[in-house]
Amino acid sequence: MFEIVDKKVLAPNIKWIRVKAPLVVENARAGQFIVLRLHERGERIPLTLFKWHKEDGTIELVFQEVGKTTYELGSYEPGDKIMDIVGPLGKPTHIENYGTAVVVSGGVGAPIGYAVTRALKEAGNHVVSIIGFRNRQYVILEDEFKKVSDELLITTDDGSYVRKGFTTDVLKEYLENGGRADYVFTVGPVIMMKLIAKITKEYGIKTDASLNPIMVDGTGMCGACRVTVGGEIKFACVDGPDFDAHQVDFDELLMRLTEYKREEREALDRYVKGVH
Amino acid sequence: MAKQIKKERIKVPEQDPKARIHNFNEVALGYTFELAKEEASRCLQCPYNFAPCIKGCPVNVNIPGFIKKILEEDIKGALEVIHKTNSLPGITGRVCPQEEQCEMNCVMGKLGDKINIGKLERFVADYAREHGIMPETEIAPKNGKRVAIVGSGPAGLTAASDLIKMGYDVTVFEALHEPGGVLIYGIPEFRLPKDIVHYEVKYLKMLGAKIETNVVIGKTKSLYDLAKEYDAVFLGTGAGTPKFLNIPGVNCKGIYSANEFLTRINLMKAFKFPEYDTPIRKGKKLAVIGAGNVAMDAARSALRVGYEEVYILYRRTREYMTAREEEIHHAEEEGVKFMFLVSPVAFIGDEDCNVKVVKLIMNRLGEPDSSGRRRPEPIPGTEFGLEVDAVVFAIGQKPNKVLYQEVPELKTTRWGTLVVDENYRTTMPGVFAGGDAVRGEATVVLAMGDGKRAAKAIDEYIKTGEWPKEIEPHNF
Ligand SMILES: Cc1cc2nc3c(=O)[nH]c(=O)nc-3n(C[C@H](O)[C@H](O)[C@H](O)COP(=O)(O)OP(=O)(O)OC[C@H]3O[C@@H](n4cnc5c(N)ncnc54)[C@H](O)[C@@H]3O)c2cc1C
Ligand SMILES: Cc1cc2nc3c(=O)[nH]c(=O)nc-3n(C[C@H](O)[C@H](O)[C@H](O)COP(=O)(O)OP(=O)(O)OC[C@H]3O[C@@H](n4cnc5c(N)ncnc54)[C@H](O)[C@@H]3O)c2cc1C
Ligand code: SF4
Ligand code: FES
Repeated sequence: MFEIVDKKVLAPNIKWIRVKAPLVVENARAGQFIVLRLHERGERIPLTLFKWHKEDGTIELVFQEVGKTTYELGSYEPGDKIMDIVGPLGKPTHIENYGTAVVVSGGVGAPIGYAVTRALKEAGNHVVSIIGFRNRQYVILEDEFKKVSDELLITTDDGSYVRKGFTTDVLKEYLENGGRADYVFTVGPVIMMKLIAKITKEYGIKTDASLNPIMVDGTGMCGACRVTVGGEIKFACVDGPDFDAHQVDFDELLMRLTEYKREEREALDRYVKGVH
Repeated sequence: MAKQIKKERIKVPEQDPKARIHNFNEVALGYTFELAKEEASRCLQCPYNFAPCIKGCPVNVNIPGFIKKILEEDIKGALEVIHKTNSLPGITGRVCPQEEQCEMNCVMGKLGDKINIGKLERFVADYAREHGIMPETEIAPKNGKRVAIVGSGPAGLTAASDLIKMGYDVTVFEALHEPGGVLIYGIPEFRLPKDIVHYEVKYLKMLGAKIETNVVIGKTKSLYDLAKEYDAVFLGTGAGTPKFLNIPGVNCKGIYSANEFLTRINLMKAFKFPEYDTPIRKGKKLAVIGAGNVAMDAARSALRVGYEEVYILYRRTREYMTAREEEIHHAEEEGVKFMFLVSPVAFIGDEDCNVKVVKLIMNRLGEPDSSGRRRPEPIPGTEFGLEVDAVVFAIGQKPNKVLYQEVPELKTTRWGTLVVDENYRTTMPGVFAGGDAVRGEATVVLAMGDGKRAAKAIDEYIKTGEWPKEIEPHNF
């Protein structure tokens, strides 16, 4: 059992928790994730490691309430326990000193982007962070990003905070104005990652994307998380979650994410109505 | 012994096929005490040194020995005879291919039906469990040495059980949230109730084994950590990575590996959705590609989650199917349809890429391949479509590479299995391996046999500290 020791609401439906998971922190690295199961009847879902602390064996997670499991997790309070947590899973993001690295994160991709940004910064890169949110209410982790970025560019879809536009607009402007980028890392909604990849391809910039397919075990034994990269079938949980963004079939990923739409809605409805 | 010997096997009651496809309860109901005694009385009690059944059993259970105890109505005695060499009788009695092992050369076969050894073993285990009968197990005094076991499938559990008995301090690390390996996530409830696996694992814990779930070796801890912290390591990580055919449409929605399909059902109880949170795709028609035990399990599970028409699509002919006869028979009884000499060439989806059609091509059998089986060759121009709502791939599995990704000194074969010598020693000193991880997909009892013999080799290694300079690869 894994005890929640702290909790905060960061934005509407976006929550932060700190959980005791001493085994996970020993070998955790940026870009990796955990799989959790709340209780006996729960499903297994993946969440990325936002931060981890060897001193007290805790991990921090940031998640968006989108369905039954994440809403239920959102209802947990400090002192409550999560039944199973396994990790760290996936390959860590490949970190090296590229020169100037640009990290583009959208929405709840931000916690993943943050962990990678910090690692890139520690490796000596000049790091430019581009983070985008729907609107002012949803802006999260701004201070965190500030601490680990050399430049921080924030945008909101509706212009309610800092500037108007998508992360893709910001990246385009940055490059058009002669901004340097030796490496780009992107994480967020699939559509966003797809468009970022399109831009960087034109500029010939090496780009990795952190993919978020449906997962079950997260250890390579089921293939639920399979994605097509360069025409080959890869399992995101063990071969990724990061892949060369110019090789990923994003349309397929987007399509596969809707596999259980109907069941997800049914589960959420029942949950909201209090039928357990 | 002059009495008349009954030639026919005593039948095992089974659930009616019409009823059973609507539930996940066990199909074979098992012997009652009376029936078990009747079946036991047919055994000729061949002498221990001769009995072909013992030789045919990969862990050499003293079969006439335990059968005699049943006749004497001494179930505790029978259980203890079995437990001398097999700690998981409730499991092996259900899933072993007895017809190819202990029962194959049973002497009774010359006079009539062979003895139903599997069902008798199962009876002993079930009766004991239901009546709280525990075997007396001798455990050597603790010797202060520690062994780590990676993977809690039959190979790992058996190695753990034997090492505990020898006085070792044993910790089993398991990646999933429940121990048991394929026994828990693969083989369906209607063939192997999960309560039985839980019970056998509980017994092992009672003997003193520590089981740590949610630990992926290679991620949570590295193999190097284990090698440092323990006196020896045993890898029983199985062959759990599924294969797909990279043909058009293979990533359409509704296309599963058997592992995913069965894991959702067995481990996550998706058949009880929405009471349980894990969903599974529902529909009317489902096709399974492949014809081994895994394919039969997937097909029969599909009927139970509500698919009305379930097809087995196989590229060769009936005689080449690798599934156990009993499983094929059960699948047929339940209404699974078989299509032979067909191979999928593409999947066609609707606008949202929900799979709708499997495009198949007809085969003919050509020359035998290296396995001696005639190779299927597609016949040009024979493509046709089969409408489906879901597809399950059951075309084989390979070892999971997570563990070895960053351990270059662990050598693997070109099939991805670990290289070991005849004493189960890998190319990394102090590290042993067995089960599907070295054999590729095999059987429960072979994995147990490996765990057993590896435990012996581990004991010897820890006592002598000897490790060969070169590992002679052994073919299993
Ligand atoms: C490697 C990895 C890391 C992730 N890290 C984070 C994280 O740090 N924070 C976070 O908030 N989320 C993260 N996700 C997404 C998270 O796993 C899903 O939001 C979660 O599984 C939804 O579960 P649910 O039962 O609440 O919703 P469901 O009922 O399963 O789904 C509700 C809605 O969410 C969509 N959805 C389902 N699964 C995903 C998914 N994997 N990605 C995107 N949308 C999905 C569905 O299409 C549906 O519209 C990650 C996913 C992966 C694969
Ligand atoms: C659907 C299905 C039906 C079958 N039916 C039969 C049958 O009727 N009769 C029969 O004899 N055989 C059957 N088999 C085959 C049999 O189950 C296997 O041969 C046997 O389970 C192999 O045992 P094992 O201990 O080697 O590995 P497994 O049972 O595969 O166990 C390996 C365990 O190791 C864990 N693991 C893997 N990597 C790591 C890691 N890095 N860290 C920690 N843990 C890890 C896995 O999660 C798993 O729990 C069937 C197999 C399947 C898939
Ligand atoms: S071979 Fe058959 S008859 Fe002989 S001891 Fe074994 S089970 Fe009994
Ligand atoms: S989640 Fe099962 S293989 Fe990746």
